[in-house]
Amino acid sequence: MRMEIAEPARAQTPAAPLNEAELLDALAARRAGAFELLVAMYQDRLYTLAWRITGNGQDAEEAVQEALLRAHRALYGTYAPERVRGLALRPWLTTVLLNTARNMRRGRSFAVSLDALGVDERAGVRSAAGAVAPPAAAERQELAAALEAALAALSRRRRVAVVLRHVEGFSYEEVAQMLGRPVGTVKSDVHRALRQLRRRLGPLLAEDRRR
Amino acid sequence: MVERGEVDRTMETRPVTMERLASETRAYRRLVRALRALPARSAPPGLGERVLQRVGALGDGQRARFSSLETPLGRLYLAYGPRGIRFVAPAEDAAAFAAAYARRFGEEPVADPEPPRRLLADVARALAGDRQAARRLPLDLEPLGAFERAVLRKALEIPRGEVRTYAWVAREIGHPRATRAVGRALGRNPIPFIIPCHRVVGGGGNLTGYAFGLPLKRRVLELEGLDPVELETAARRGERYRGSRTTRIFCFPSCRHARRIAPRHLVTFRSAAEALAAGYRACRDCRPVAVGA
Repeated sequence: MRMEIAEPARAQTPAAPLNEAELLDALAARRAGAFELLVAMYQDRLYTLAWRITGNGQDAEEAVQEALLRAHRALYGTYAPERVRGLALRPWLTTVLLNTARNMRRGRSFAVSLDALGVDERAGVRSAAGAVAPPAAAERQELAAALEAALAALSRRRRVAVVLRHVEGFSYEEVAQMLGRPVGTVKSDVHRALRQLRRRLGPLLAEDRRR
Repeated sequence: MVERGEVDRTMETRPVTMERLASETRAYRRLVRALRALPARSAPPGLGERVLQRVGALGDGQRARFSSLETPLGRLYLAYGPRGIRFVAPAEDAAAFAAAYARRFGEEPVADPEPPRRLLADVARALAGDRQAARRLPLDLEPLGAFERAVLRKALEIPRGEVRTYAWVAREIGHPRATRAVGRALGRNPIPFIIPCHRVVGGGGNLTGYAFGLPLKRRVLELEGLDPVELETAARRGERYRGSRTTRIFCFPSCRHARRIAPRHLVTFRSAAEALAAGYRACRDCRPVAVGA
């Protein structure tokens, strides 16, 4: 995880919180620098998730920015300190982001452009891989790129479900709570998404590729 | 993980063999592993910074400082950071002001041990009507959204001693239907008096509302040389706009041009449509209707 907080800020924040409980304590007490730390700790994760949900960088950026502002309003305004201390931060922030993205989408179309995504992915892969990537790494990157494209091709509902469960690693119960849907519904969305991904990726998941 | 029972049955074209079942299961395992291993992206540069600015954190562990000055409106407190003034409010005392700031920005400001004399002098001059001094004042509108910023910048354009309507602000910033949102943005003006949200009133001639109460809104307008009572009664009589028979131009009643019209040349209109129908054109300075290029 990248920590993008300026050094002087950390130096001035006595005992920078290291884990979630400490961060929540600092937020509840409205200690200086607490929200900066939250932003530094979660912005990449939230951005990555928002990118996968919305399918493009601009909307992802807008969604994350708005979600963090909402989080701030809740943490520093509407929520009582006890409530802040009791939060499960990552699921909570994820829920805020999901709601924000959903609201942003109203009255707007968030077309996920498969082409744009594929191109973007491959460009990123190439630059990340450098001139000569070892075959195994190159294969992994090819799979990752194809997987991102396949995710983008899913319906939003299935994409969100499978990303939350298998990319973000939340439990089915957590995902169900975040999306406000029964666990069974979420499970079936995730399974359908997996089946679709499997179909789309076909030979890329075949074992003989590994030899 | 995908359980054994979850393998793809919809895809079956060949007979299910143990061999194929096992290979499918392994493919799903690889899929789930690949999902888990998808690389994270880095948030674009500046995203976190912008969020922190919007919520009012100054970054680098800095805190806003505040001091106060005596004005014709009573004691005014103001808080400022490196980018300028960010919060102004009348308050009982320093503690009440600090609390109001903290409610809005989530962080207590610190009392400035060395009040910035030049800044405070400029604020006093600006409040007394010195436009040069007003222009020099650094205002930090970063913590606000784009819409709020547009509303407040527009309010800054309204000359002292004049008023415009919420609908006017909405139209001028290109959101003609957002009159209510304009009202909300002005109601949340973090830098009142300096950004003259008090110069925006209701279309019906009512002063409408003010974060610090209508009596104060009336007083501020009076101090600026306007007679709010006259304004309200004229509007209630249906005199929303004033025109001049000689120039055949119509204005908002408080526009400096409208106030120069000699009584024998003065005409009043109930609506802009009425004025236009009478062959009058809208003033280019107060722009009672959108003035085309």
